Amino acid sequence: MIAQNTLKAQVSQNMAFLGEANRYSPFLAAQNDSFHSASYDLSANTLVPDIYGSQRSQAPLTTATSVVGLQFKDGVVIAADVLGSYGSLARFRNCQRIMKVNDNIILGAGGDYADFQYLKNIIEQKILEEECLDDGFSLKPKSLHCWLTRVMYNRRSKFDPFWNNFIIAGLEYGQPFMGTVDKLGTAYIDPVIATGYGAYMATPLLRKALESKPDLNKEEAIDILTKAMQVLFYRDARSFPKYQIGIISKEGIEIRGPLTLESNWELAHMIG
Amino acid sequence: MFRNQYDSDVTVWSPQGRLHQVEYAMEAVKQGSATVGLKNRTHAVLIALKRASSELSAYQEKIIPIDNHMGITLAGLTADARMLSRYMRTECLNYKYSHDSVLPVSRLITTLGNKMQTCTQRYDRRPYGVGLLVAGYDDQGPHIFQTCPSANYFNCKAMALGSRSQSARTYLEKHLNEFPSCDLDEIVKHGLRALRDTLPNEVDLTVKNVSIGIVGKDVPFTILDESATAIYLSEIEGDEKRSRGPGGAAEQDIQPPQPPPADQGPQDPQPAVAMDTE
Amino acid sequence: MALLGGYSAGSFPDYEVQGAKKVHFSPYADNGGSVMAIAGEDYAIIAADSRLSTGFSIFTREQQKLFPLSNTTVLGCSGCWCDTLTLTRILQARMQMYKHEHHKELTTPATAQMLSTMLYYKRFFPYYISNILAGLDENGKGCVYSYDPIGHCERSNFRAGGSAGALLQPLLDNQIGYQNQEGVDKTPLPQDRALAILKDVFISAAERDIYTGDGIFINIITKDGIKADKFDLRKD
Repeated sequence: MIAQNTLKAQVSQNMAFLGEANRYSPFLAAQNDSFHSASYDLSANTLVPDIYGSQRSQAPLTTATSVVGLQFKDGVVIAADVLGSYGSLARFRNCQRIMKVNDNIILGAGGDYADFQYLKNIIEQKILEEECLDDGFSLKPKSLHCWLTRVMYNRRSKFDPFWNNFIIAGLEYGQPFMGTVDKLGTAYIDPVIATGYGAYMATPLLRKALESKPDLNKEEAIDILTKAMQVLFYRDARSFPKYQIGIISKEGIEIRGPLTLESNWELAHMIG
Repeated sequence: MFRNQYDSDVTVWSPQGRLHQVEYAMEAVKQGSATVGLKNRTHAVLIALKRASSELSAYQEKIIPIDNHMGITLAGLTADARMLSRYMRTECLNYKYSHDSVLPVSRLITTLGNKMQTCTQRYDRRPYGVGLLVAGYDDQGPHIFQTCPSANYFNCKAMALGSRSQSARTYLEKHLNEFPSCDLDEIVKHGLRALRDTLPNEVDLTVKNVSIGIVGKDVPFTILDESATAIYLSEIEGDEKRSRGPGGAAEQDIQPPQPPPADQGPQDPQPAVAMDTE
Repeated sequence: MALLGGYSAGSFPDYEVQGAKKVHFSPYADNGGSVMAIAGEDYAIIAADSRLSTGFSIFTREQQKLFPLSNTTVLGCSGCWCDTLTLTRILQARMQMYKHEHHKELTTPATAQMLSTMLYYKRFFPYYISNILAGLDENGKGCVYSYDPIGHCERSNFRAGGSAGALLQPLLDNQIGYQNQEGVDKTPLPQDRALAILKDVFISAAERDIYTGDGIFINIITKDGIKADKFDLRKD
């Protein structure tokens, strides 16, 4: 009896091989079924321990700063600037990191830009495969959110995390949805989300705005978010005045930008 | 035994373009006890006739829950059905684990079809000797799917499998247009009447030998208990016993497996499909 | 020469300049939160606060940390949230597997044992979670199981865990266990009294523990099922 339990525990928890492949098999090993292997194990070649040992928990290199998001009455807006920083060097000035996933999901990413590009590719592949099935189903934001949580958690469990924060926004059965995942696989859903520096500087603004007017319309939400981006630009040293806004609502998806933030530095000479 | 030069192996073609081993496997489905699946706009229902292999044994379970949104009933080799149901459960569980939502029924059936197909194309395997009726509910509404040992699968409005199931199909065809607008109770009763039509005269439906599975909008897949089944059975009791038309294929089904016709030069191919569904 | 030779001081390739700082990676996060549960004669109550935080930032104020595993079993988790998400997903799948294989629900004591095994399986890379499991046992009596992160399991009648666990437990020992009191009448705890104590205890925790607050989700488990409830706490 105990042996059986242990076996099951092993089966269900032995997810080391899963990586970010399309298919997960935590409950599968007992089945001993060769048909399953018709999946793409994309993870296998990303981190193979070789004779030199394997590189783990590398630091992020080219990074992007905060992503902020706000739900409104019948949709979600998210925003992020387009700067790719290299440490303190503002190195890449057009790193766009808000993507349309499918007709009902948009995704924004912060953190390591290479990791984002890698995952972007996998997500696009996943969507393409789904479109090829042509069965009338399309991935929903809650599902992508959960899937990304699994991907991020599996990589952190290998001590080789994807160094990203994601915001997943979309419509789930017509209702606005916004969730986030970080490099550990920490995930939650909230009408206000801001990652990185935004968590300290933008969340209070956004929460206050939403509290004073719970059913914002699209234009109001965009205004508030733009204001938050402006505040971040003033105070976050790794930010940039060019940014994108992603909007998802019943009218569809719109990704605006790169737009330019207004700022006024006339006071600056008086400081310091 | 009915032997034939071209049935030694699933991978062997007959000159008529037939795979006899696969066709034999199709016959296994007709040996199983009858089972019926049908749906209205909101629910899918499975009705199965349970058999006891002997006086001493209990009735064999015929309906297998797969997930909260899906269940199957089978006709043919129960052991094979258990392998398939385990596969289906695992797929649903894995999908739920990684996507936090239910696996669309049509997707599962597609992968199941792929799995079953490999057995019809490899010399070291045999086809699954079981036909399944899958009832499921997803974002596209209720579904009834039929799978065959030949790895064909069909999206059905209603379907019956198993021994003497032609009578049930006749009933279902006759009432097909009523189903979409029926409520849940009526659709279950239609299913029971269809199943009853497959019974020999001396047998009748009882709470012991009938099993009812229901899935639908906001209704997780459930197998009704005896008391709930009894209510439905009592409600169809007064109805006419059966409307078995002349030449119902009950007579045909009851025969032992058909010997494959000896290969006598080229003939027109006759696809071995249980029934055209749409 | 600099291209071919090793990278001696002053000839870094441009991707190794000091610009990008090596960051330490820890697979764990402390996301705070408190859970507590009380078992009575024919009921069990379990509650968890709804604040999900890290350090001084609050991720969300409305995080459900109670996970109903069956009609008679509820798990409450606090600690590392990513581990919680994973553990509970696996648990829910295991509950379904059991139900399919055995044609019945896993009982609370059996679930408790399974959870212990699952935690210990990760003994050397543990789930950093403080788990409390509440439900009804085979006799319909309330039961509470508490765990350490690596699977030590103990049955009791009342337990507090998580970031304010050490603050709350002594209060429960006094109010429910009547410990170190003389001449008290140790009658079984009625449900409404248990609920009142539970709320008071969380209000106290929210006063002193910055990782506990915003609100609590409550599940009352009886033979008739699980009743869900909510209660607000201070949000600062």
